[in-house]
Amino acid sequence: MTASDADAASGRVRDNVAKASPPMLGSGFMVICQVALGLVLLLLWQGASGRLVDNFFISNPIDVGTRLAGWVGDGSLFLHLWATVYATVVGFFVGAVGGVVLGIWLGVSPFTSRLLSPYLNALNALPKVALAPLFVLWFGLGLESKIALAAVLVLFLVFLNTYAGVREVDQDLIDGARLMKATRTQLIGKVIIPSAMSWVFAGLKISVPYALIGAVLGEMIAANRGLGYLVQFSGSQFDSAGVFAVLIVIALLAVALNFLVEIMQHRIQQWRVVGR
Amino acid sequence: MIDLRHVSKTFRKRDEMVEAVRDISLTIAQKEIVAIIGPSGCGKSTLLNMIAGLYVPTNGSIFYKGAPVSDVNTDVGYMTQKDNLLPWRTVRDNVAFPLELARVAKSERADRADQVIKHVGLDGFAHRYPQELSGGMRKRACLARMLLYGAETALLDEPFAALDAQLKLAMHDLLLKLATETGQTVVLVTHDLMEAVTLADRVLVCTRRPAMLALEQHIALKRPRDVLNVRFTNEFKELYDTLWERLRLEYHEERV
Repeated sequence: MTASDADAASGRVRDNVAKASPPMLGSGFMVICQVALGLVLLLLWQGASGRLVDNFFISNPIDVGTRLAGWVGDGSLFLHLWATVYATVVGFFVGAVGGVVLGIWLGVSPFTSRLLSPYLNALNALPKVALAPLFVLWFGLGLESKIALAAVLVLFLVFLNTYAGVREVDQDLIDGARLMKATRTQLIGKVIIPSAMSWVFAGLKISVPYALIGAVLGEMIAANRGLGYLVQFSGSQFDSAGVFAVLIVIALLAVALNFLVEIMQHRIQQWRVVGR
Repeated sequence: MIDLRHVSKTFRKRDEMVEAVRDISLTIAQKEIVAIIGPSGCGKSTLLNMIAGLYVPTNGSIFYKGAPVSDVNTDVGYMTQKDNLLPWRTVRDNVAFPLELARVAKSERADRADQVIKHVGLDGFAHRYPQELSGGMRKRACLARMLLYGAETALLDEPFAALDAQLKLAMHDLLLKLATETGQTVVLVTHDLMEAVTLADRVLVCTRRPAMLALEQHIALKRPRDVLNVRFTNEFKELYDTLWERLRLEYHEERV
């Protein structure tokens, strides 16, 4: 994953999956097929390794499994996993809060938003990963620089969505409330923010994977802990089994995060009413 | 009470200028019920928007109780043509919204909201969301909210257009009763001539766009009016015919 991928997704996306069913793995038969496919692929991988392709490049499932088991056994995997999860989660919340606050503030202040728009556009166009050296300088090699990178990726996605949501608020609703003597604070709290909520949620949802990307990228650049560090370290040791082992862990982590988001979204939709 | 002096409004749509209202002068007295009638899209809604202070007239000026209308006019309750209920609130919370803005205690809010909801025949729907209601029900929820806001002037933009005939009569009756009770001034925009004559003290006929006043007709029918039977009286028929005679010209010219 590169920074340009991150930027490609920073367009505004409106949440239109209101009627999504709760997360399911599919029917029993499909699960069996899926597991069977996985086993076949593993067998093919094992078979190809050393015969069709050099074991040095693609390793093999047994070596990868052994490596994973070793890391689990000595507990080092959980140290790295925890570092990445911590940076992802904290980065996500910092970025989300910043993005929502900035989006609402600029959304309701036309003067400030016009004043800042060229600078915000420039910052948004900037590949955020290029900021990493700066964060390392500012925050050091520890978790803080990873949190900062994750947060900045999340912040722009959430900001753009929130801002769009605030600007999209139906003018008729605002006029109606103003005619009923709504103060500016009431207008923002009771009309503008609730109306922008579906946009805010969409922004939060799409930015979760980017928090993980930010954390892993940060660890790859400069760190002594974390899954990003581990994949970088394994690569530099020409340890392809180690690289594959970490990739599997990162993929599982990403799936787990997405699953969590789906569950949260389903919960939220119990009381949230989307659109008209 | 409401005083329009040579009011005109022109909109700029891209490079095109659209004249919606041309030189309307009009005085509405307190507690008067005035109906403005004219072909659809003639600029009647623009007129209400200007009285509410949402639009600024291009020319002329509007006075409300002697003071020029320069900002949103919070002395009026405005029921727009498109219902503007908040989609994330239930009917009760929508109806109680003006009280919430005025910081009325929660239990009192709910009680008073339920009362008006009953008035407009929406009892049993207080917990529903606007998108679960039909167009006519949403209109009634808007009406209930406006009643609860208790403004001294009500601006109504085709409030009963989406209702069936039975319900329309019931709403007419309710509106007249409440207007008399609270001494509200009512400005009603409609394209239903029957409705205009039934409700109003005065009917103003607008030309098609740009809206100008074509005819002003006092409705001397006695009050309180029986909204169901008043239409079968001879006076009603005469007034109706006079107004229709003028109004049809607007429709006739449109077709040529």
